[in-house]
Amino acid sequence: MTVTLERPVASAPATRAVKRQNRLAWIARHSIAIALAIMFVTPVVYLVLLSLMTSDQALTSDYWPNTWHPENYLRVFRATPLPHYLLNTVLYAVTATVLTLVSSVPAAYALAKLRFRGRNLMFLVVICVMMLPPQVVTVPLYLMWARYGLTGSLAPLIIPALFGDAFCIFLLRQFLLTIPGEYLDAARVDGCGEWRTLLRVVLPMARPGIAAAGLFQFFYCWNDYYGPLLYTSENEQSWTLSLGLASFRTVHHVDWNLVTAATVLAMAPLIIIFFFAQRSFVQGITLTGFKG
Amino acid sequence: MTGTSLRRGATTFSFVAPALLGIAIFFVYPLISAIYFSFTEFDLLSVPRWVGPENYRRMAEDPFLLQAVRNTLWMVVVFVPVRILGAIGLSMLLVQLKRGAGFFRTIFYLPALVPPVAATIAFVYLLKPGTGPVNHVLEMIGIDGPLWFNSPAWAKPSLVLLGLWAIGDLMIIFLAAVLGVPESLYEAASLDGANAWHRFRSITLPTIRPVILFAAVTGVIYTLQYFDQAAVAGSIAGGQATVGAGISQSFGYPEGSTFTYPLWLYTVGFRYSALGYANALAIVLFVVALAVTVILLRRAKAFSGEES
Repeated sequence: MTVTLERPVASAPATRAVKRQNRLAWIARHSIAIALAIMFVTPVVYLVLLSLMTSDQALTSDYWPNTWHPENYLRVFRATPLPHYLLNTVLYAVTATVLTLVSSVPAAYALAKLRFRGRNLMFLVVICVMMLPPQVVTVPLYLMWARYGLTGSLAPLIIPALFGDAFCIFLLRQFLLTIPGEYLDAARVDGCGEWRTLLRVVLPMARPGIAAAGLFQFFYCWNDYYGPLLYTSENEQSWTLSLGLASFRTVHHVDWNLVTAATVLAMAPLIIIFFFAQRSFVQGITLTGFKG
Repeated sequence: MTGTSLRRGATTFSFVAPALLGIAIFFVYPLISAIYFSFTEFDLLSVPRWVGPENYRRMAEDPFLLQAVRNTLWMVVVFVPVRILGAIGLSMLLVQLKRGAGFFRTIFYLPALVPPVAATIAFVYLLKPGTGPVNHVLEMIGIDGPLWFNSPAWAKPSLVLLGLWAIGDLMIIFLAAVLGVPESLYEAASLDGANAWHRFRSITLPTIRPVILFAAVTGVIYTLQYFDQAAVAGSIAGGQATVGAGISQSFGYPEGSTFTYPLWLYTVGFRYSALGYANALAIVLFVVALAVTVILLRRAKAFSGEES
């Protein structure tokens, strides 16, 4: 702006040159973005196309189905225990998510808004638990569940949800910190106890944060492979989608087109949920980041 | 202590009790048992027998462990920086797009939602040496594509590609950081005649440095426990009979190149049932992860957590 005012003569061609340069930059950036977008989408599109081919064509290097076979999606339901895996996955993801939220919200609230001795220490421990690779405690935990005869079922993955989840507590605490203390003080002045304050005042205000935490927990359980592999691989009745997918072909001798159909079915619900809850997601992810 | 403060203490305790119990049962107890077990020898059927530091001594002579450590180190050194650079690059591109930024953000983010097992299966297909479309495209432009997941040299780079595809979470974190840089700083720099690269180096980079540290630490932790993709890629690309726990037979395919530390820990514990030795491996993993976490905690203001 100042350039044009100060040096009117010289600036006229300069602005035109700048404009052209800007337009070129615009085109370059958008071309890169489009090329990258195609690369990001390709794996999923290719998988979907494979899942619609005949089993013979799925073995070739074709990308485009000669004939379309949407019935592959029905066949995979009938020819394999996919419905069973799906049911186990939903059972695991839904119960674990609900229980985790119920047990984590009060702890997160206490860490964010209540003063008590040892609060910082507890928060530090929560972070350490969150950062701990699950493999560290795998053997002792497996032995513990085996002692109670619960290996071979999903119980070792669902029962811990009763006792909160470190990541969930951390995420919710970060969110609850953003709620102004005045609201809580007002509720306390009105004679609400801490539990009532939490249920009546905090919960409604924290809905976006709880939604984000719940989504993360649900997605984590849905995608979990290590947990089901560890505890349920000995009993196929309890397998989840992730575990079933990884061993699909060898166990059930199904064809590649059906394997890819099942793979598409495993990812579809997550993508659909994402489109309905995109905002919660983005907010949740940024909360996990650093506010340094 | 008055009655009210006692009551308040009890209320607070009722808020944190389940979480404290959870930490005790699923963190403190197994951690202490793992330390004890790491000095013993036993399998699923026998009682632990004290052997002293024998398991730790054994690590020095374990060729598979050496290979696993090498693979995990390779992933830490390559995978973590490549993902951070990729996420910064994507977020810088996104903030400069005038049109369709929301659309592109969604597209770049979506693969992060795909279950790791499904994503790995998709990539094994995509990169299949004979019939996969990637080598087909490379062939069209005159490049003889590598064997990807079937080649010891290319299996880990293929896993890096898979990790780049699923970069969405990291990208969003960097995008938020980049958007948090005050616009006025850029304007001032533009007036001083700084070009785009200068502006990035002298304004964007210093502002997002804490986020880079955060991404590096969490990236290292993530890589230390890298399991699913390596396990599934080996099994699907190797095409071996892998049923449930039997999957450990195809771990590391091809030629041990994808054998990461957690895969070796799992194999030792649940295939060879050398539970004492597996716990020793777990304790070493714990010490390394803890050391990395301490780096983060010492730098992080947001984590130390007083509301101001």
